[in-house]
Amino acid sequence: MTFTLLLEQIFNGLQSGVTLFLIAAGLTLILGVMNFVFLAHGAQVMIGAYAAASLISITGNFYVAALAAIPITFLCGYVLEYLLIRHLYQRDHMDQVLATFGLILFFNELIRIGFGPAALFSNLPPSLSGFVYILPDSPYPVYRLLVIGVGLVCAAGIYYLVTRTKIGAMVRAGASNESMAAALGVNIRLLRRFIFSAGACFAGIAGIMLGPLTAVEPGMGEPLLILSLVVIIIGGLGSVHGAFIAAVVVGIVDTLGRVVLPLLLRSVMEQSAADGAGPALASMMVYLLMTVVLVFKPTGLFPAKG
Amino acid sequence: MKRIVVAILAIAAVASGAVFLLPAQNNKVKVGYMTTLSGGAGIIGKQMQNAVNLAMEHTNGKLGGKDAEVIFVDDQRKPDVAKQLANRLIKSDKVDVIAGVIWSNLLMAIHKPVTRSDTLLISSNAGPSPIAGEGCHKNFVSMSWQNDQTPEGMGKYLQDSGVKSVYLMAPNYQAGKDMLSGFKRHYTGDIVGEVYTKLGQADFQAELSALRAVKPAATFVFQPGGMGINFVKQWNQAGMNDLSKLFTVFTVDGVSLPALKDTALGVIATQTWSPDLDNAMNQKFVADYQAKHGGYPSFYAAQAYDTMMAIDYAIGKAGSADTEAMRAVLADGGIPTTRGELQMNTNQFPIQNVYLREVVLDSDGVATTKVIDTVFEDHGDAYAKDCKF
Repeated sequence: MTFTLLLEQIFNGLQSGVTLFLIAAGLTLILGVMNFVFLAHGAQVMIGAYAAASLISITGNFYVAALAAIPITFLCGYVLEYLLIRHLYQRDHMDQVLATFGLILFFNELIRIGFGPAALFSNLPPSLSGFVYILPDSPYPVYRLLVIGVGLVCAAGIYYLVTRTKIGAMVRAGASNESMAAALGVNIRLLRRFIFSAGACFAGIAGIMLGPLTAVEPGMGEPLLILSLVVIIIGGLGSVHGAFIAAVVVGIVDTLGRVVLPLLLRSVMEQSAADGAGPALASMMVYLLMTVVLVFKPTGLFPAKG
Repeated sequence: MKRIVVAILAIAAVASGAVFLLPAQNNKVKVGYMTTLSGGAGIIGKQMQNAVNLAMEHTNGKLGGKDAEVIFVDDQRKPDVAKQLANRLIKSDKVDVIAGVIWSNLLMAIHKPVTRSDTLLISSNAGPSPIAGEGCHKNFVSMSWQNDQTPEGMGKYLQDSGVKSVYLMAPNYQAGKDMLSGFKRHYTGDIVGEVYTKLGQADFQAELSALRAVKPAATFVFQPGGMGINFVKQWNQAGMNDLSKLFTVFTVDGVSLPALKDTALGVIATQTWSPDLDNAMNQKFVADYQAKHGGYPSFYAAQAYDTMMAIDYAIGKAGSADTEAMRAVLADGGIPTTRGELQMNTNQFPIQNVYLREVVLDSDGVATTKVIDTVFEDHGDAYAKDCKF
């Protein structure tokens, strides 16, 4: 494998990593700070993608639609928290799992009723469908660079919000000891609603950006949910910067594993055996990584609770 | 005295048995139709369900002139669920035929239990190689194709057009392997890459980057359903068209085209069916489907329609829904379908034409496929010779 190809694959890994981070950032706070098991986070990704895709077909402008879809996803999170989630905080984890698993089915069916079972049409605007040469002889799609850019900006924004603002101080206080934070006058109810809606919004942004890249269809968020749970476990519950590092690592390991592993195996064993084992091993890579991290650091790399 | 009692009891038992059997014979013909109605592949199942219902409308709710009932079950694309459902259809619904099945791995899971229970199993789509050769069973009939047949057409076409090097890509499961081995059967040029992706993969950018480094003259892809939408989108976005020409099977069709629209223009594929095939049955099917559901039917829908029409034909000609009688009629061939009169191979898979189709815009500007050539005429599969019932 040449250096250019390796660099390109690292970019690919970074792009899937920042997308994962956007999904995992909200989830790690919901799990870590609110101690709430939320399985329907993939639905927020789907809502973002559907909101953007349908706004594009109405307005005809990708940028307007993408920007307008962001508050919609925030609102969806807010309404969901108000109607259902807040009633579940005091229940045990099993109830939360059951209720939010039900939400996955509910949202998928709702989307199916509203938009039909077929995938929606969504494509890039011409202004974003070009290429940039990251190295001579290595064209890279502009849109994917934009995804990386937006992901990094969001990550910086979340980092600033959590470490430099008052809200962030409350979030961190909540993460380390919720009842103590409440005793010191933090409005935990409002804080939870804000965290939940913000988490939904970030997942929505991931969905908005994924729309032009992948099929916008019911259930599109579920495969991402599992990977983002892996990210959270590796990064440590409740830790935003842990989630960022873990997401990028998972993105790159997954991408390189898919491309490099079959080649490596082919050089050491028969081709038909390598073709069978390569993809199987590649899809296990991130879980192996998670296992290794858990063996050495059972609470993840950067746990929020000391 | 004792003997007389025994005799009376025996007669009573036989008589009650006969009484018990009588309503069963008068009963409706029952077809259990298994497809994927939920999850990402739900759209495929929906189209098949639409087509089955359309077929039942065209036969006035009867199959072979007998009152009929179709029971739809959702396999959720899971082999274990498929197995449970097949069991339920056989034991509690007591269906005469189990039909449908999109996925090869699911068909493999239910093939043995269904055929051994002496229920007729008809595939509307999947055609895995193990059950076409040595593992074949007389109670299984395919109304679609053997997996290898369609990619064989593509391999032959690329071979005949003198394409020097091809890069292959398919998901890592039974059908993916069948597709690539079918392609290689008639293509003897350079295979410069052979990549198996994850089933259900959403992002192919890493694979496309690797492909770009190889610069093959042609790329052959099998990515059914939502994976096809993802792949073709990303193929275009990565500007791969300047580098390599894309050839597909089961990737760009009536299911994915509404989501791809003109971004898929010019993509070439082989297929045993196309909405523009010129025969009366096909034209009626396509026109009625469009009138009812808007948009073109996919090959999945056409094959589902053919399956119901084949059951109708088999029961009509055999005069009953008896498994062996229906099977014998279907094995004889001459089945009326949207692909014309279909002949059957010795392993009960169709012998049929393989067409070359291109994505074009119709007169209303809707993306669809058009037949541009016939690669194989009356093409049988490669496994039939190993099949002995």
